[in-house]
Amino acid sequence: MGDMASSNNSDANPISAQIDSALGAALAAITAAPDSEALRAVSTELAGKRSSIAALKSQLGKIDDIESRKQAGQLINTASEAIASALAERMASLSARDMALQVNSEPLDLSEFATASRRGCEHIVSQSQQRLEDVFIGLGFQIAEGPEVESDFYNFEALNMPKSHPARSEFDTIFLNSGEPNSVVLRTHTSPVQIRVMQTWEPPIFAIMPGRVFRRDTPDATHMPVFHQIEGLVIDRGITFAHLAGTIEAFTKAFFGSEFTSRLRPSFFPFTEPSAEFDIRRANGNWMELGGCGMVHPNVLRAGGIDPDEFTGFAFGFGIDRMAKERHNVEDIREMYTNDLRFVRQFS
Amino acid sequence: MKILHSWLREFVDVGADVEVTGEMLTKLGLAVEGVEKVGSAVAGVVVAKVLRTERHPDAAKVIRVFVDSGDGVEKHVWCGASNMTSGDLVPLATLGTTMPDGRLIGSRGILGIDSQGMLCSSTELGLGADATGIYILPPGLQLGADVFAALSVESDHVYDLDITRNRPDCNGHLGVARDVAAFLGKPLCIAPGDQKPQGAPMTVPVKITAEDRCGRFNVTVMSGVVVGPSPQWAARRLTRAGLRPINNVVDASNLVTLELNQPNHAYDFESVKGGFTIRLARPGETIETLDGTLRQLATDDLLICNRAGIAVGIAGIMGGRDSEITSETVTVALETAWFEPLGIAQSVTRLNLRTEASLRFDRGVDPHGIEQSVGRFAAILRESCPQLVVHSGGTDARTSALPPKTTTVALRVEQVERVLGQARSASEIDKLLAPLGFAVSGTPATTVNVAVPSYRPDVTSEIEVIEEISRHIGYDNLGKSIPKSPVHGTLSGRQQRRRLARQLLLAIGACEAMPNPFLAPGDLAKCGLDESTALRLSNPLVAEESVLRTSLRHGMLKTIAYNQSHRVNDISIFEIGHVYPQGAEQLPDEYEALCVMVAESDAVKAMDIWSQLSSGLGVGAQLRQDMPPPGFHATRSGELRRGKILIGSVGEIDPAVLARYGINGRVACVELNMSVVLADEPKTKSAQQISKFPSSDFDLAFAAPSSVAAGVLSKALRQAAGALAVEMTMFDVYRGPGLVADSRGLAYRFRLQAVDRTLTDAEVAQVRAKCIAAAEKLGASLR
Repeated sequence: MGDMASSNNSDANPISAQIDSALGAALAAITAAPDSEALRAVSTELAGKRSSIAALKSQLGKIDDIESRKQAGQLINTASEAIASALAERMASLSARDMALQVNSEPLDLSEFATASRRGCEHIVSQSQQRLEDVFIGLGFQIAEGPEVESDFYNFEALNMPKSHPARSEFDTIFLNSGEPNSVVLRTHTSPVQIRVMQTWEPPIFAIMPGRVFRRDTPDATHMPVFHQIEGLVIDRGITFAHLAGTIEAFTKAFFGSEFTSRLRPSFFPFTEPSAEFDIRRANGNWMELGGCGMVHPNVLRAGGIDPDEFTGFAFGFGIDRMAKERHNVEDIREMYTNDLRFVRQFS
Repeated sequence: MKILHSWLREFVDVGADVEVTGEMLTKLGLAVEGVEKVGSAVAGVVVAKVLRTERHPDAAKVIRVFVDSGDGVEKHVWCGASNMTSGDLVPLATLGTTMPDGRLIGSRGILGIDSQGMLCSSTELGLGADATGIYILPPGLQLGADVFAALSVESDHVYDLDITRNRPDCNGHLGVARDVAAFLGKPLCIAPGDQKPQGAPMTVPVKITAEDRCGRFNVTVMSGVVVGPSPQWAARRLTRAGLRPINNVVDASNLVTLELNQPNHAYDFESVKGGFTIRLARPGETIETLDGTLRQLATDDLLICNRAGIAVGIAGIMGGRDSEITSETVTVALETAWFEPLGIAQSVTRLNLRTEASLRFDRGVDPHGIEQSVGRFAAILRESCPQLVVHSGGTDARTSALPPKTTTVALRVEQVERVLGQARSASEIDKLLAPLGFAVSGTPATTVNVAVPSYRPDVTSEIEVIEEISRHIGYDNLGKSIPKSPVHGTLSGRQQRRRLARQLLLAIGACEAMPNPFLAPGDLAKCGLDESTALRLSNPLVAEESVLRTSLRHGMLKTIAYNQSHRVNDISIFEIGHVYPQGAEQLPDEYEALCVMVAESDAVKAMDIWSQLSSGLGVGAQLRQDMPPPGFHATRSGELRRGKILIGSVGEIDPAVLARYGINGRVACVELNMSVVLADEPKTKSAQQISKFPSSDFDLAFAAPSSVAAGVLSKALRQAAGALAVEMTMFDVYRGPGLVADSRGLAYRFRLQAVDRTLTDAEVAQVRAKCIAAAEKLGASLR
């Protein structure tokens, strides 16, 4: 650099030669910078007031001839631009090299950080319940909920089972020590919610009632005293038995798959008339009994405050636990209720 | 109910195809739970005559039997039974026979003496229920003949039907046959009753004092009875239908029950000739029933008593021991009655005594089928008692409780279409119902009258008639169409938020548990909770499950203890479920609760979970550490309150509680009342303008007394900082030297910014001063 400065001062060289010389020196310095830090120092030097280009610029005023001055000015500008562009180019190439060095110097074995999923798991009964809910939502149903501790009225009486009705004995009811003896029960089905829906909603009603129910059953591989049911209720003008069969069929195909079909066969429930059991069949021909259904009994509609001469409706219901058990090939339903996290975590 | 294919065929021509018949029964609502083939011949079993029997001195349990199976060669057989004597005909399974149970008959003998076959019991051949001895065949059979051919045993199929409560008529073959005949459009052939003229009058007087409980009580006397075994066909029929043959009288009675659904009871005439009284039991009365059990009666139990007033049976349920038919009986008094079904059902429940008779009476038998039943009994008994005389003068006591022969139900013809979706004219309805014994009459256009026969007590209203119509149209023929729902299928806001809560819990790694909501007495106290508000089960299965939970905590703690003892790591669980504390009303104050517990984690974890739930669900609450919730760690927990409403608890479980469950480490817990938490629809937020002007930051570090909760100081600072403070975070808590006693350092960072201008230094200084003043008011000082 010192050489450059001395040559600048030489009157012997015409200014154009001095510019050439300054440019050459600058470009050499840029190329010679070994890393980006050194280049930044060069850059600072070249941009400074004492750089050779700046010195030449300051001499411009001493040139009397306008043309010569103009010419020299242009030469200086061109040189400055060439320097700036060389700087930028060199800077880019040095940065890329530095980046590559850094990247290569910091390898990380990601597999060291592979962890088991920490996400929790829902109970398979909840999973099945939500899948069922979603299918019925798609069919235009809403979801109704109600209390699990019920009065005799909602659990039995309103469902066409007055006090002395013999069918009551088939429900293996658990009673609670509240109020009059045997007046408060743990609901034996989610049907009480049907009555509550009829009393509080207006038809048209398209609703399902999933939830926990209770029977005085000794636990075994297929029974628990506490289990889950889902029921459906449709009430509107002009609802017929054919609509019941059609809805069961639509549900069957939506939930199990289009290769499944359904059938209804006569049965008996106090709250529906005509009543039916519904079975589903896979394409291979095996029937599986699924649940009960039927046209809502006029007495039940009346108990729900709905005029049976204006509205008709159907209802259906089945167990959720069994669906979960079958879906996941659980051998013993009691296993689902041990709350052993090793069991629960299988179904994430 | 076991229905024999051959028996059904006597009533209606169903053909031979068992599968088709089974399918039809199911379609009629008589669900076939199983079909069993019975009476298949066992090839190689022949008729043999016992020549003599011998004991062997070295074999105590078996005897040597020498038989002739027709070829005149004496064969030797070892036998475990000894009920046969010389001259008896017995079934001999010859060498090489494969028995129904799969055994192959070989010659392997005992004490080095071979056995040339095996003598069989009736059970072993599937021909009877008597497994106690060798089957003694009736005399006169040809030696060496195939036993099944010689006995003319035909194979049969037994349908096991699940008869629903509304079809009492189908507890007999006749009722099933009637349904089938109607469905097939074929005639129903009913076996004739006894054809012989009646004998001289013999009357047993009957007095009914419990008139509303007994509508009819018929007693017919029959003499010339010789008690002995039933004919082969009768015994076989009973066996196949699941009953044990006893003697010709009892068997005839049971056959009538199975055929006509008309339970009846044959008494020894001598023990009841003084007459019957039908009355309610007296307080404290007992009876020894046929099964040998002494039973305590209630005053609602209906009794059949003899002239002396002594109970000879519980009406409709079981006879007593003292009036049984014996081998000396020569005259029987046959009782056929109709009892009010509900009363029988209640006695059955109370006595916990279910019999072939009670299961029919408590659903309803035909009050007007008694004559047919008596005639059928006599006809069957006459086969084994040719001298049988049915005496005239039988008593037929009736009361006002007797249902009419038919009841009339009005049917709106239009209603059929409204319910079933298919119109049927009055004449079409008649065509469907007439074969069932229903008579349709009246103005055909709109409403018709349907006369319902007395054997169908289940049909009492229009909708039940419509059900009969639908069954006989066939459910498969009613079509399938999807109703168009005018309702928008969707989860309610509450349900959506519940699902969101579940997702938040899953994201923090919690697994869902579903513990039993029934607790043992003391479980709530074990969790440090008040048990007095808990409801009890009146009829628990076991005492350990007799208390209804008022909190989810016991189930969660038990789950943690279980999993810890099974060496499960990272125990993080939740449950969303109902709890049922007693309330002021009839029904408890039931609500939906959430409980999350993380084992080996402290209150900091609990606060983190609450913060996730709170921000995720958009619900806020005040944390009140001055009121530690019961069962929680007294100094590391707090209540979550929204004004006066308690919405939950957060913190660590009381170490004393953990010790009772044997749980290691701390347990973080968040408990929420989801009925409250999920109730509010979070407000939809309006967009706030993001400032384009520069922001100013400053930090403040305070020494705050330990008695002042950080939350309280934070709240005061936030208020003091006002709207200009767009961010305020507590970034450090310091405990250590340089602080006055009972205090800790709390450091905050503030960012101030206005949407409309760059703040001046003076403005920033003013906010800062306000914050300091607010902190000082709480006793905190700037560090």
